[in-house]
Amino acid sequence: MAEVSLKGEQRVFMTGNEVVAWAAVAAKVDIMYGYPITPQNEIMHYWTRLAPKHGKKFLQTEDEISAGFTSLGGVLSGAKSFTATAGPGNVLMQESAGMAEMMRLPMVYIIQQRGGPSTATVIYAQQETTLTCFGGNGEGHRIVYSTAGHQDLFDYTIKAFNTAWKYKFPTFVLGDGYQAKMREPLTIYDPVEKGIELVKPEPIIGNTKKPTGQFKHLRNTFNTEEELYEIVMAHQRDWDAAAEELVEWDAQGCEDADVIIVTHGIVSRAALGAYTQLRAEGKKVGYFRPITVRPFPGKQLKDAMKNAKKLFVAESAYGQLLKMVQTNLFGSPIKIETLLKPGVGITSEEIYQECQKL
Amino acid sequence: MQELKENGIWQPAMPTSWNEETKPHKFCPGCGHGIILKVLGEAVDELGIKDQMVFGCDIGCSLLAWDFFSIDTVQTHHGRTTPVITGMKRANSDIIGVAYMGDGGGYAIGSQHLFNSAVRNEKITIILCNNCNYGMTGGQMAPTTLPGMKTETSPYGRDIEQTGAPTKGPEMVAEVAPEGAYVARGTISNPRQLKGFIKKALENQMAGRGLSFVECLSSCPTNWRTNAKQTWEFVEKDMAQYFKVGELRVPQEMKEG
Repeated sequence: MAEVSLKGEQRVFMTGNEVVAWAAVAAKVDIMYGYPITPQNEIMHYWTRLAPKHGKKFLQTEDEISAGFTSLGGVLSGAKSFTATAGPGNVLMQESAGMAEMMRLPMVYIIQQRGGPSTATVIYAQQETTLTCFGGNGEGHRIVYSTAGHQDLFDYTIKAFNTAWKYKFPTFVLGDGYQAKMREPLTIYDPVEKGIELVKPEPIIGNTKKPTGQFKHLRNTFNTEEELYEIVMAHQRDWDAAAEELVEWDAQGCEDADVIIVTHGIVSRAALGAYTQLRAEGKKVGYFRPITVRPFPGKQLKDAMKNAKKLFVAESAYGQLLKMVQTNLFGSPIKIETLLKPGVGITSEEIYQECQKL
Repeated sequence: MQELKENGIWQPAMPTSWNEETKPHKFCPGCGHGIILKVLGEAVDELGIKDQMVFGCDIGCSLLAWDFFSIDTVQTHHGRTTPVITGMKRANSDIIGVAYMGDGGGYAIGSQHLFNSAVRNEKITIILCNNCNYGMTGGQMAPTTLPGMKTETSPYGRDIEQTGAPTKGPEMVAEVAPEGAYVARGTISNPRQLKGFIKKALENQMAGRGLSFVECLSSCPTNWRTNAKQTWEFVEKDMAQYFKVGELRVPQEMKEG
């Protein structure tokens, strides 16, 4: 691998997995715990090459369950910790994500989606959107950033650690196999030099430098319904408040649009291409992209579509984004057209052609 | 450990690492957990490691120990205490990490974690309570249920043709762990010996040699449906006959020391 510097702004040409490893170094991450699964493997490959040079650690675990729980251990110790996975590995990681939600542990997961269900393909999909937002036996008290490319992967991996440690909710960077494996140019940087403050981690328990006699007891099991209710509702209130601050979206040309294209992740790149072309031809088309798919920018989408007649939802899954849109627009009479291709990529041309029909 | 005299009567001493506010503890009468946690508390007191220690407990009856000690504690998921303590220790090697679990947590749902932490010789201490059944969930067959033993899911007695023979955990760990590992099986019927094993298991971690694993033969009269005499006989005779008590692996330096 090429050695690059995080001094100043560097223009680089990298795969997305390499970008994530560099972003973790830039975010001053202490330790990664991981288990091999395609298409995220190179995050570990690059991290294990970078780690010793930057005083960082790595542990290859026996499975994704262990990768999730050892990462939670790292977080408890006060280390900035993360893991990365995909597909069936993401399914196994949800157990640890549930514990992170219940115990408010600042855990960061990088997800590079592959085809599903089951083993499916190692290539690409957006079929882990529901799982990543709502996996586990709870209410989805987590933050999910859906990235659209390499600059996003760098920016939002750094941001994910800040979000996790500030708000104490498990935080996911939701990429995919295309972003993981392809190369594209981006600018990498030292966030501190750029004035981005990095939230400092601290031990949650196991502070070996604490004054004698202090101790904390952490648990995720409770005796009564009421006891649990109070805790979950407190988390819900915190999550609602955090959602207001954390929700991110991108909207372009929606004010006078008849049709608004709604996409997330890398499909929004195709959508942006189609939108630009259609606008150049004088068509009244808008573009809306949730960047956080959890919390979902429902209010913002409602504002954006005030004057629109139709939404056009396109995704590489069979209705996972669509369901989020429908839930958030409940009661709205707007017509929704779709292009749903589970596990298959979507091009600008397809979105362009579908929009021509509307 | 402090000696207490109340109303002119000497009271049993309570380890100072115990959290007095949560005593009496929550385990059933006749349960062995209290004895294991007492000798663990005494060993922690003698080594003076309360402030460096993190105690992790599993799901199952062991979770009832979540507020047992005046020590930093994390209660995790079923089978996941080993990876949580492993992760903590990997991130901060100054921690003395103790993972406490039952036979279901260690030998069934978390067996991959026990096996692989042994192979990697993680510098942690694992203490496992073997009571031949799943206590918290109401007495189902466990990996350690003895041949012919009746449980809720082996109501006609454990058929080893169908369900395999009881898991011998320390033997397995002793087989796969590299040099530096400490492995023993103690019993609540010999607390003095058990305390010695647990103390060595902590010292071995403090010396940074490798994995320390102690299985403790324990009792579950509630689910065994046994009286005091039958309970004690089952621990001392039936269990000890199948699960041999003693040290299985002692690091070279410890033998010399």
